[in-house]
Amino acid sequence: MTLLGEGVALGHYLALGAALFCISVAGIVLNRKNVIILLMSIELMLLAVNINFVAFSRQFGDPAGQVFVFFILTVAAAEAAIGLAILVTLFRNRRTINVTQIDSLKG
Amino acid sequence: MDFVKIAFLAFAAMATMAALGVITVRNPVHSALCLVLTFFSVACTWIISGAEFLGIALVLVYVGAVMVLFLFVVMMLDLDVAPLREGFVRYLPLGLVVAVVMLAEMLTLIGVRAASATPFADNVADVPNTTWLARALFTDFMLPFEVAAVILTIAVIAAVMLTLRRRPGARHQNPSEQARVRAADRIRMVKMDAVKPQAPATGEEVQP
Repeated sequence: MTLLGEGVALGHYLALGAALFCISVAGIVLNRKNVIILLMSIELMLLAVNINFVAFSRQFGDPAGQVFVFFILTVAAAEAAIGLAILVTLFRNRRTINVTQIDSLKG
Repeated sequence: MDFVKIAFLAFAAMATMAALGVITVRNPVHSALCLVLTFFSVACTWIISGAEFLGIALVLVYVGAVMVLFLFVVMMLDLDVAPLREGFVRYLPLGLVVAVVMLAEMLTLIGVRAASATPFADNVADVPNTTWLARALFTDFMLPFEVAAVILTIAVIAAVMLTLRRRPGARHQNPSEQARVRAADRIRMVKMDAVKPQAPATGEEVQP
């Protein structure tokens, strides 16, 4: 691992994770009507969390952090598959994915 | 400023700009492609930090599977983008303020300058990252690993069950019925006596 000389440190990764997290929060606020963009923003949020896990795992030399990222990837893939399946079913029934029109529960 | 740091900054800038693209472009297909670029850049930053296995796994799982799924769904749905975009400009100031303030608070909390002072130590000597990870995964985390397999199986079944629909008019083959069929079900032998046709009445000419 001579690749890592006087190179990257914990702070760089935490800053990148924070930036991606804030961008995805802004995405959720801005694209409130489009379910697809909302799902993508959630994926982006999970990615930001994963960056933090990897950074701390490298900082402390503990494999638990990277193993946990592995599990998060698994669950996020399952979540994306089920979310998109729900989206397809929703579009088939209502012909729209506009969040403001999905109000049949009258909540 | 060495090569690794320059590479990290380039990848991080690319990831951030692509993430901005995800939330701002009009077309959902472009948005999905920007998300692919984000994931790929982040995978690159993980690889240069020494977490090679997860970097490759991110490319394979996300870029290879999940984002292709996203693209399939986006292209399959016949979307009218214009009504989905309304309110974007109205919420832009609020969203920007929230995001920027949150980012400033987080960066203050992290203390980037102090946390960036000491670079990562090298990986444990002579053990590749994948081996190191697998030793932990298959000893301490064996049960969670199997639970993850169960979760994936349930997700597959759930996705199929959600999107499966029975159309009343459609004709289907029933493979189990087809495999179970016997010759006796197809041809029915009917026993019957031989019957002579009645002879035509005598004295009348048979007109052809």
